[in-house]
Amino acid sequence: MRIVFEKRKHVSRAVRVMVPVLSLVFALVFGAVLLLMSGVDPFVAYAAMMDGAFGDIHSVSETMVKAIPLMLTGLGVAIAFRMVFWNIGAEGQLAMGGLVATGVSLYASDLLPSWSVLPAAIVLGMVAGAVWAAIPALLRAYLQVNETITTLMMNYIAILLVSHMYHGPWRDPGGYGFPGTAKFPEMAWLPRIYGRAHAGLFFAVIAAAILWFVLQRTKWGFELRITGQNPKAARYIGINIPRLIVTAMLLSGALCGLAGVCEVTGVMRRLQQGLTVGYGYTAIIVAWMSQLNPWGVLLVAFLLAGLLVGGDQIQMAMGLPAAMGLVLQGALLFPMLGGSLFAEYRLRIVRPEPQTAGSPPQPIAKESES
Amino acid sequence: MNLSLFTSILSITIRAGTSLLYATIGEIYTERAGILNLGVEGMMMVGAVSAFAVAYHTDSLVLAVIVALLAGALLASVHAFLSISLRANQVVSGLTLTLFGTGLASFLGQRLGPGGTRLVGLVGPSLGRFPIPLLSDLPIVGSALFNQDLLSYGVYAIVPLAWWYLYKTRPGLYMRSVGENPQTADAMGIRVGAVRYLYTAVGGALAGLGGAHLSLAYTKGWTENITGGRGWIAVALVIFAMWDPLRAVIGAALFGGINAVQFRMQAAGTTIPAALLNMLPYIATIVVLVVITWWETLRKRIGAPGALGLPYAREEKG
Repeated sequence: MRIVFEKRKHVSRAVRVMVPVLSLVFALVFGAVLLLMSGVDPFVAYAAMMDGAFGDIHSVSETMVKAIPLMLTGLGVAIAFRMVFWNIGAEGQLAMGGLVATGVSLYASDLLPSWSVLPAAIVLGMVAGAVWAAIPALLRAYLQVNETITTLMMNYIAILLVSHMYHGPWRDPGGYGFPGTAKFPEMAWLPRIYGRAHAGLFFAVIAAAILWFVLQRTKWGFELRITGQNPKAARYIGINIPRLIVTAMLLSGALCGLAGVCEVTGVMRRLQQGLTVGYGYTAIIVAWMSQLNPWGVLLVAFLLAGLLVGGDQIQMAMGLPAAMGLVLQGALLFPMLGGSLFAEYRLRIVRPEPQTAGSPPQPIAKESES
Repeated sequence: MNLSLFTSILSITIRAGTSLLYATIGEIYTERAGILNLGVEGMMMVGAVSAFAVAYHTDSLVLAVIVALLAGALLASVHAFLSISLRANQVVSGLTLTLFGTGLASFLGQRLGPGGTRLVGLVGPSLGRFPIPLLSDLPIVGSALFNQDLLSYGVYAIVPLAWWYLYKTRPGLYMRSVGENPQTADAMGIRVGAVRYLYTAVGGALAGLGGAHLSLAYTKGWTENITGGRGWIAVALVIFAMWDPLRAVIGAALFGGINAVQFRMQAAGTTIPAALLNMLPYIATIVVLVVITWWETLRKRIGAPGALGLPYAREEKG
């Protein structure tokens, strides 16, 4: 007796809906076991997490602070994933965006008219993210270098560079030796909406709208989709794949860079430790869970940010490890990943057929290499 | 450079490279069987925290190492189940494993101390240096090579053993064939899924062992973010080593060596910023990768298992 997967004739919508729901249930049960083992009533802890993340307008604004970088990096990563380019470098692109925005905010404020400092920081930060993404993109497009590793290595280089700058050359001379730059002049502050939640939210919504339009309605978006689904077909119909890789990654990197700009100009208003806290990695989960749909990215980013803020909250209120948020994220994604198979396949139990003696050997199909 | 400086750098290189080599060889085996597991960092974390917690509570280093091996293998099995049985995306599954493992380790680190307290800052039993008589008295290299902890000596054995198993034995051949061309391997009667499960678990166990070396011998205790990206470096080293256990030594020596040189340079108070020195291994990995790929296109393929990262389903043809 054997269990096999059988391809469904139609993608099951019911399963599509059930998978995230059951995944959430699984994650909550798994988290409850962990909480029980550490002697905490899971209902109390979950209630505290919910309350901390979405309880009142202040909590929602704090959740938004974490959601904005997840939205922007999630959108950026989703573009690259559309064409099956594994951009794991969102973290580094975010860091470079933040770094260049810091440079502009601190040192160009004397050179530029004051109204133009913030726009300059935003544009140049996006360019920095795009440039950082362009290096692995060019290597992949023209030399076929595996992008998973290069984007990852670029993260470490960027993070070390950022840390070097605020520990060394850019350290605030009046900061009593505290590692971090001086506070930015007010002209470089990104306006805030409520609490610490800032105008980056508008950028994220606008970016999602533009992206949705571009992906659905333009030739470029179409080419991106075809290339992701079937690179061979894309080549046959004459799509310039190297150029597509580079343009998609420039856009992807620019959005991740923008996330970094918003972090330094909107939240911290200086460059210090805490710029690279893993948003770029969580972005991959965001993009995946939203099935690369721009509006889905915004929603998923907000929910995952809620888990992170909720985790911080139970740490402060109940002395529980904030890592609970990360654990729940993982426990949520595992069943979602596995479950997505069941939308296209169903399980069937097969009883072994009686072996007939002298059945002809199976021909070995030689796969041609692409 | 005087000789005692050389000896001390070599000694630190080996200590810093041990955990990297275990994790790298584990990931080489996993990838050779055709499974890409980006969860190394998470598995090392859980290996480190579980090893230290067990050592602290039971005083048994043997048990600590065993638990770390099992913990790594168990986490890797989750990835194996998702990517082999459920054909989930391996990149996303591996990344999730890293996030999950990092979170779980951090959670456990704050709960597994005496009476549910934190493990951070506790002093537990650790693997001390174990000088090998006579050999450790050799001039220059003796005290570096033969005055280490037992897990570092384990590396001396596992590297040639891993190479021999991969290239010179029948199971090693099966492993490579499953990673290169699962269709053919299946037609030859090799159970593709079972082989992939096995080496994914082996890879996880070795990553857990690497983590155990960190908390039992290298930092001697549990701290948040104890691995400091070593799991990711291991993933890069696999490519640096072109999926060959012997060449992994060169990569681990390079990374460990830069750690060691930096250690000495900070002590000597140089003017080269540590951050720039720290970047070197990452830049080197990119350069090596570019060179390998360029060379690879010239010579067709030389290292990467042909079916790396691709799920295998018998009934379908791609």
